[in-house]
Parts: sequence; C-alpha cells; structure tokens
Amino acid sequence: MSNSTTDDSLITTEVQTDSNDGRAAPAAGTAVAARDLDVFYGDEQAIDDVTMEIPEKRVTALIGPSGCGKSTFLRCINRMNDMIEICRVEGDVEFGGKNVYDDDVDPVALRRKIGMVFQKPNPFPKSIRDNVAYGLKIQDFDGDVDARVEESLKGAALWDEVKDQLDSSGLELSGGQQQRLCIARAIAPDPEVILMDEPTSALDPVAASKIEDLIDDLAEEYTVIIVTHNMQQAARISDRTAVFLTGGELVEYDDTAKIFEDPEEQRVEDYITGKFG
Amino acid sequence: MTDSTESPDLTRRGGLTRLKEGTYGGLFAACAAITLLTTAAIFVTLLSDAVVFFRSIPIAEFLTGTNWSPNPAGGGQAFGIIPLLIGTLTVTITAAFISIPIGTLTAIYLSEYATPNARSILKPLLEILAGIPTVVYGYFALVYVTPALKATLFPEMSTFNALAASIMVGIMTIPMVSSISEDAMSAVPDELRQAGYGLGATKFEVSTGIVVPASISGIASSYILAVSRAIGETMIVVVAMGAQARMPEVQQALFGIPFVNPADVLLQSGMTITVAMVQITGGDLTGGTLPYNSMFALGLALFVVTLVMNVISDIIAQRYREEY
Repeated sequence: MSNSTTDDSLITTEVQTDSNDGRAAPAAGTAVAARDLDVFYGDEQAIDDVTMEIPEKRVTALIGPSGCGKSTFLRCINRMNDMIEICRVEGDVEFGGKNVYDDDVDPVALRRKIGMVFQKPNPFPKSIRDNVAYGLKIQDFDGDVDARVEESLKGAALWDEVKDQLDSSGLELSGGQQQRLCIARAIAPDPEVILMDEPTSALDPVAASKIEDLIDDLAEEYTVIIVTHNMQQAARISDRTAVFLTGGELVEYDDTAKIFEDPEEQRVEDYITGKFG
Repeated sequence: MTDSTESPDLTRRGGLTRLKEGTYGGLFAACAAITLLTTAAIFVTLLSDAVVFFRSIPIAEFLTGTNWSPNPAGGGQAFGIIPLLIGTLTVTITAAFISIPIGTLTAIYLSEYATPNARSILKPLLEILAGIPTVVYGYFALVYVTPALKATLFPEMSTFNALAASIMVGIMTIPMVSSISEDAMSAVPDELRQAGYGLGATKFEVSTGIVVPASISGIASSYILAVSRAIGETMIVVVAMGAQARMPEVQQALFGIPFVNPADVLLQSGMTITVAMVQITGGDLTGGTLPYNSMFALGLALFVVTLVMNVISDIIAQRYREEY
C-alpha cells in the first residue's frame, strides 16, 4: 500500500467515526462472549486464547491480516466450523449466557438464532420469494409468510427494487442486490445475531456502500458481527473493533474510535497505518 | 522493464510448425467426423431397408398390428410391433422403478453424506457394476432371480419372464443414474450448502431442498440416459425373458377402458424390439426377404424412440439449467 492511500484512509476514518459516537456510548448487554477460546486446524492453532464480549445491538468489526483467524472466530459463534473435520475448539463461546459448545446444544437450533451472510453472494437458484422464505419454511413458520418476506426485503433495502419480480430467480439480480437478498434471507427468521463474513469484498464500491448503510440500520434490531479486510469500512460502520493479528491472537478490542485514533498497542497502530499486514 | 534497443523476435514461425499445427487440427476433426459419419450411415441404412419393408407392409399395419410372427413354420407372416412394444415398455418402465429411486438415493448418499473414504471405495465399486457384461446379468436373472421370486412371491411365474429381466436391467442401470446424478450434485457450489446450514437447515434439508433442486437438470438427464439404455438392452432380456412375442389379454374395465393385468405381462415370457431383431438374425436369413427387411423397420423404430428420449433429455437440461 502506498503512503498516500494510507493518509486518505486515516482522514476518512477520523471524519466517519464521529458519526457513530452517539450509538457507541451507552453500555449494552452482552450478546456473544468468548472465554479462553482456542481453535486448532489439525496441529495449527487458528485462535489463541481469545476472550471478548460482544455487545448486543451494536456493530462489532473483526479486522486483521489474512490468516489471522477472524473468520474462524466468526464461524465459531454459529458452529459452522463443525463441518470442517480437522477443526477442534476449546474454551467457551456463550450466546445468551449458554455455552454453544455444550453437549446438549444442537448446532441446527443455534444457527436458527444466528443468521449469517457470506463473502460471495450465494442466493439459492430459486425465486426471490423462495430465497427469503427458505429459513421460514425449514423452521415451520406458521405466520404470514408473504408479509414476512416483504418485511425482510424492506429491512434489507431491496423491496422497492424487486417487489414486482418476486417470482423471478434470485440469480437474475446484480451482485449487490444478491447480497442484499442474502441479508433479507438471513433476517427473515428474525435471528438475534447476524454474522457477516466480508460481505462487501465481492461487490463494487457503490453496491458496497449500500450494504454499509444497511448494516448501520440493522444494528438497531440485531447484533451485527462483521469480519472485514477493509479498515475504512470497519471505521465507518462499527461501534466496536477487535484487531486480530497473525496466530489468532486478539491484540486489541475497544471502541472503534479509540482503535483507529489512539490504539494502545504499537502493533495495532502499525497495522492500521499500513506498516504491517 | 529494462531499456532494450533490440526489438523482440516476432517473426512468423517456419512452415513446418504451421504444417504440424494444421495436421493436428485435421486429425482431431477426422476423429470427430468418424462418429458423425457412422451415425449418418446407420441412419441411412436403416431408412433405406425400412422403406423397402414398408412397401410390402404398410406403416399403419406395422404400428398397430398385434401379432408378431415373421418366420412361422406354417406360413402366414405377421408384422405387428405392438406385442414387442409392450415387451420393451414393460422392461423399461419396471427397470426405471428400480434404477431411478435407488440410483438417486445412492447419488445423494455419495455426494452429501459419504465421508471421502467411503466415497473413494463406493464409487469404483459402482463403476464395476457398470462394467459387468450384460449376459452375466441375464444368467443371474435366469438362474437366481427367477427361482427366488418363484419360491417366495410368485409361484405361478414362468421360467422366462419379464419381471426378473426387468429387475436386472434396473440394477444394471443404477450406476448410470447414480454416477451422473452424483456428478451433478457435487458440482453444486459449496456456498449454497453453507447458506442452508447458516439458516439452520439440517443435512437432510440441505440435500433435498437445496442440492437436489439445484442439480435437477443433471439428475433428469441421468434418468433419460438410463431409460434409453434400458430400451436398447438386449442380452439380459434375451436370456431371462425368453423370446415369445406374446400379446397380453386385453380386458375391458369400467366404461370400456381397455387394460392389461400387469401380472399377465410381468410374470410371463415376452419379447422386446431388440430381442425380435436378434431372433431374426439368428435364423437362416437371406438378404432381401421380408423378415430380413423387418429388422430394419424395428431398428428404425428403436432409433426414433431413443432419439426422441435424447432430445427430451436435452430440452430438460436446457429448461432447468441452473446458473449458479
């Protein structure tokens, strides 16, 4: 990264973080908490003794260089790592005060409470309506499905663009619209937490900025935990930021403004200013 | 980039290289042409001899006749395709009832449930099933399946019967369904499965609600291919089903709708189109006789049926192609 870009990003950062101060300030309850969390892929440690509490109805960003374990951490929260055979998790991840790795926890039930949005938009090859209604269908939702579909599409700022083509394939939409469709699909079953794994990295800047605005709105109802490569994005949209560095170590976790303006750790400052990573 | 006064060598390669490139292209095109030409030649041969046949026997009589006896000892030839069509349809449909469900469920297991280890053992085993010569299936049907069915379910069954043959044709085509369907299911991107799991779907819900619909065009193609294969199957049928062009007894149901008791067809001997052709070539035949020419008419009928099946399969694949 060249010096000029870094300077620009810092300027944007400072201007933008101010706008989030209003929501970041008051103390909120804890939605998700990790305690002494270690994750291994075979012999390799991906998360190293992470303890952090994630506030509810806030946007928490996980940033760090590639391979630092931020996505792994995200996927521990809804136990998507279960599907990777060599993955081993030690320690606790608490959701609503319950350790999700307890023996009596059904990951299927857990994932119905925690929605997820992925890096690449991945709508099902079904109609827009069926995409949004999928989560409701598998959960035997007995309310008004069409009303919930409309509500969810509105919540994902997509309704006005697709209301006349609900029966056409979700794959006919543009990349940005597809990603908002995936967000609508994730919020339709009314989860408590939404995990986002680099949701804008496959999108163009205009589509990405729409998603960012949307994330801001989502935090009024949901706890949003977002992994991002893009530091300016973390600065713009998050209330709290956790910086992971190589080896799966959580180096610093604080209010976003503090992380970007006055980090405690020299390593975090180096990473944010582009000297590292 | 370094400063260089020398311009790069961009001159055209020598004539020999170009000649070689041209030769390769020609060679590959020739191989493709052999396939095309063979198909065209077969079609022309079938058509020309069939036309000779239809000069003596009108097409309508051939298509609606209920008696097939091309070479009777006492004279009185008859060339009605209906009994053969019934035989072929019986085998094809019964076989489909076996190969489609078992093949599809096997494909779902292999693609979605099997561990990589189990898959690496099972897939080659299934392919061995596809490699067994069909005459072996035929003897298996005659020597084991028929006696077993006779001893347990159907004591009145005849030694040569459509059911045992159909079961073995079905088993023979399982690998075709499972292998092609499994390829289609494995091609579904993992992101779609992740999306399903992320919404709290179970493995069963992801397999049946996401993976199968997303790969339905490939699955449908595998069905059509398996059915086409069953239509053309000869050896199993000739060994296990006998070679008696039987017309089942047509009964009148309510309101005069004609129907055939399935047991009358399945538990008795019968003859398919392919077997009729084998039987004709088995006799002392001189070219140009009516029975000889009838073989080409049958071949043409079979060709048209499989061609239509393949076209349907293509249309289905196009129609339901999922862009993911």
